[in-house]
Amino acid sequence: MTARTESAFDYSPRRAAAMMLRYWYLLRSSWPRLLDLVYWPTVQMITWGFLQYYIMQNAGFFARAGGTFIGAVLLWDILFRGQLGFSVSFMEEMWARNIANLMMSPLRPLEFISALMVMSIVRLAIGVIPVTLLALAFFGFNLYGLGFALVAFFINLMLTSWAVGVFVSGLVLRNGLGAENLAWSIMFLFLPLTCVYYPVTTLPVWLQPVAWMLPPTYVFEGMRTLLIQNVFRPDLMIDALLLNAVFFAAGVFAFLKLLQSARRHGSLMQAGE
Amino acid sequence: MPVSPPIAVDRLVKIYKTIPAVDGISFELAPGSVTGLLGGNGAGKTTTIATIMGLTTPTSGRVTVLGADMPRQRYRVLQRMNFESPYVAMPMRLTVRQNLTVFGMLYGVPDLAQRIEELAGQLDLTDLLDRQTGRLSDGQKTRVSLAKALINSPELLLLDEPTASLDPDTADWIRAHIENYRRARNATMLIASHNMNEVERLCERVIIMKRGRIEDDDTPARLLARYGRQTLEEVFLDVARGRGIEREAAQ
Repeated sequence: MTARTESAFDYSPRRAAAMMLRYWYLLRSSWPRLLDLVYWPTVQMITWGFLQYYIMQNAGFFARAGGTFIGAVLLWDILFRGQLGFSVSFMEEMWARNIANLMMSPLRPLEFISALMVMSIVRLAIGVIPVTLLALAFFGFNLYGLGFALVAFFINLMLTSWAVGVFVSGLVLRNGLGAENLAWSIMFLFLPLTCVYYPVTTLPVWLQPVAWMLPPTYVFEGMRTLLIQNVFRPDLMIDALLLNAVFFAAGVFAFLKLLQSARRHGSLMQAGE
Repeated sequence: MPVSPPIAVDRLVKIYKTIPAVDGISFELAPGSVTGLLGGNGAGKTTTIATIMGLTTPTSGRVTVLGADMPRQRYRVLQRMNFESPYVAMPMRLTVRQNLTVFGMLYGVPDLAQRIEELAGQLDLTDLLDRQTGRLSDGQKTRVSLAKALINSPELLLLDEPTASLDPDTADWIRAHIENYRRARNATMLIASHNMNEVERLCERVIIMKRGRIEDDDTPARLLARYGRQTLEEVFLDVARGRGIEREAAQ
């Protein structure tokens, strides 16, 4: 046996790797799960791609703003699929009635969370990389042409997706699978507020401060500035990163508190509806 | 330095909202002992076991496991204990070997591949190692769950109805293996069960719970003698229906 440790904040890469292996085995064993990862991003990208193609032919402004729709669709997918990848991996444990086995094993919450973070990137890569290649082939939109900006966008979007994913996982742990729908729908609250498809100035003035409190808003504004004006705004990315640090810390804190509450209410043994 | 009992429950109370699931119970288990926890539905067995495992926080009272206060100090001891229940499942799409590999890594089992082969041999799982867990029969799944519970060679094993829904032959086979493991490892075991034959065969001590309290606590032989019964099932029914108290009052 390995040396005994007793803190909930100890971290063992071996235990985190065990959980990643568990989700990798699951993905490998199920082609519908793999198909599902690619299906919706492809459908979205094709729909919006054709819409943009039509608008570009009919409006001067949008001709200049070439790529913003497909760019927004792809970045939105990173945000949405990142959170979903995190939450679905977590819910696999609830669906499998395996959560009590894990919670009474030496696995620490932070090891569990880090395994879910890595798996959300793996799932995202499986789902989104083929779609970015399709976007290039069908509509000539090269997401990778964004270069360093793409890295900054990706890091910020992933951090937000993990913050929301870890919070939703805590809610499901505490309230059972009755809270499962939140995992599928909560990110859509971000869709209008983070101004995925339009500038923040489109929102009513009173709602704009709310939008600026959400890290993805900075990413989508930054993407539009880059594609329309050819200017990369590092200040927007730094602001997003600072907000993300707060969001992520709050998400992890909420997860630990909800786990504590689940222990008080006996939810870990039931782990059903 | 005095050795801590494997399990010490001291005036444990667990209240869900306003309903007391466990109402002030106390007991200790001796090292290497096998104790049965009996009680009807809603008697508080599962809550007691969940609290011992650190899955539930006591409302009041104290539970220590291998000297660690649960659930506060659980990470000191979780590596030395394990658990099996038909109400908790293993991931169905993973093969038996994959499941045991994941849990073996979580528990930090050395020479894991060899340990899996060894357990597979003991539990007759060798031919099933590369089959999906979800495609196995109930009896085979129970053997896999037992293999997971034994993967870290625990010195404390908690079993919640280990033979529920198994045919008599498979159930007998599982019981024999539990007995063998206990002898080989000198492990302490707490077994919650509705099966009185199982409790009579495996347990040297029986704790009977009713409505969150301990109604009786003794060896099977002394319980039979005290209630004037031939089987533990009759004793259980006496306690469940309050006849034990009437008998004592009449005497």
